Amino acid sequence: MLPTPVRELDLDLDAFEGPFDLLLTLLLREELEPGEIDIAAIVLAFVERLAERDEIDLEACGEFLVLVSALLELKARLLFPEEAAELDALEPEEAAEELARRLAEYRRMKEAAVWLAERLAGERDRWFRLGPAPLAPQPERRLAPQDPNVLSTALRALAVPPPAVSLGHMALRFPPVSQFLERFRALLSRRRVFDFDVEVANLSRVEQAVAFLALLELRKGGEISLSQSASFAPIRISRIDDERITTWTARSA
Amino acid sequence: MDSTLRLIANNPVDHLARTVEALLVVASAPLTVSELAEATEDDPERVETALGLLRERFSERRSGIVLEQVAGGHALRASREASEACARLFERPVERGLSQAALETLAVVAYLGPCSRPEVARIRGVAADSAVASLVERGLISEAGRESGPGGAVRYRTTPLFERVFGLESLAALPRLDDLGADTGEIRERLLAVASARAS
Repeated sequence: MLPTPVRELDLDLDAFEGPFDLLLTLLLREELEPGEIDIAAIVLAFVERLAERDEIDLEACGEFLVLVSALLELKARLLFPEEAAELDALEPEEAAEELARRLAEYRRMKEAAVWLAERLAGERDRWFRLGPAPLAPQPERRLAPQDPNVLSTALRALAVPPPAVSLGHMALRFPPVSQFLERFRALLSRRRVFDFDVEVANLSRVEQAVAFLALLELRKGGEISLSQSASFAPIRISRIDDERITTWTARSA
Repeated sequence: MDSTLRLIANNPVDHLARTVEALLVVASAPLTVSELAEATEDDPERVETALGLLRERFSERRSGIVLEQVAGGHALRASREASEACARLFERPVERGLSQAALETLAVVAYLGPCSRPEVARIRGVAADSAVASLVERGLISEAGRESGPGGAVRYRTTPLFERVFGLESLAALPRLDDLGADTGEIRERLLAVASARAS
C-alpha cells in the first residue's frame, strides 16, 4: 500500500481525472497512453499537497519519486523510437550504408559549423545596434462622434428582459402506441394494402410519430410488410397472410 | 579616400530618403521595404529609390555608418574602420564564447530547421540540450512550434538576429549542404576497410 499522500493524490489532467493509484493501474493495464499524461502536472499536484501539510513525509516523497521516475521512463521510451533496434534489423551492408549516411550528414554539419565560425570571424568588425525594437502600438480606432441619446436608446433596447422561454413542448401528450396498433389491425382486416401517409394525413406530428412506431411494432411482429418505391415516397403497408407467416417462421427455424 | 560626404539634394525623393534614414537610425532590427513604405505612407518603389540614395551615401569609407542589406531587410551598422573603437566601448554578447557544440547545433538548425532537440542530437550523436538553451538565450534560435504526435518536442529555427550577426542577407546565402563534407561513398569505403581490418 502506498503512503497516504501519494495514494490519495487527486489529479485533474487533460487525459485523466482521479486518484494517482488509479492512474498507475490504468497505465499498467495499458488502458491509458503514457504519452498523453502530463507528468509535470502530477509533480505540481504532489508538491502542492506537500505544501499543505506541516511536516514532510520522506517515505511518501521517496515512493512518489520512484513512481514518477518509472512514469517518465515509460513516456520517454514511447516518445523516442528505438534506433538501435532499427539498426539491428538491417543487414550488415545496409547498416554500414546507414551509418555512412549518418556520418556524412554529421560531417556536412560539422563543415557548416566551420563555415559559420569563419564567417563570424570575418564579420568581427561589423558593429550594429542590438536589442529589441519596441514598435509603436497600433493606433486605436477612433469612433465617429456619437449622439448620447441614440446610445441610450440602443442600450435601453438591449436592457429589455428576454421573452420567457416556452415550455409548451414539455406538455405534449403522446397517444398510446396500442391505439394505433388496434387501428391498423382493424384496417388490415378490411383491406390487404393501404398507404401510411394517407392514413395519418390528418393527424398531428406527434400522433404521426406514434403511428409510425406502431407500424414498426407490426413489422417486428411479422404482421405486415413495408415497401417504399423511393426515398420520401409514400410507405405502402401490406398484410401478411397467416400461411406466409407460418412458412416464414418454419424457414427461419 | 573617396569623395567627401555628399548630401542628398536635388532629388525627387529627398524628403522620403531623410525619413527612411531616420527610421533606420531608430530601428534596432532590419526593416523591410514594405515596413518602410507603411511607416512613411509612401510607394514601395519610391522607398527602394530612397534606399539606393542612402546606400550610396552610407557606404564604407564615405561615412561612419553603413547601410547594409541583411536578414531580409535594411539596417545601419558601424563602418568597419570604426570597429576597433566600437570594440573598446561595447561587448558582443551574442557571439562571445560560442562553443563548437553550439556552432554545430546552430548549423543543424539553420539547414534543417525547424527541427527539435532530438533531431539535433540524432545528427550530432550527443545531447543538444545545453547548446540549444545557450543559442535560445543568445537569441540566435527561437521556438517554432512542436512536432506532431504525443508529447511533440519543441522545434527551433534561426532568428533574424542569426542572419544579422553572421552578415547573411537570408538563409539562402548559406553554402549548399551538398558542397560541404565528404560524400557517403568515401565514408562507407573507410568503414568497410576498418571492419575488415578488425575481422582479420
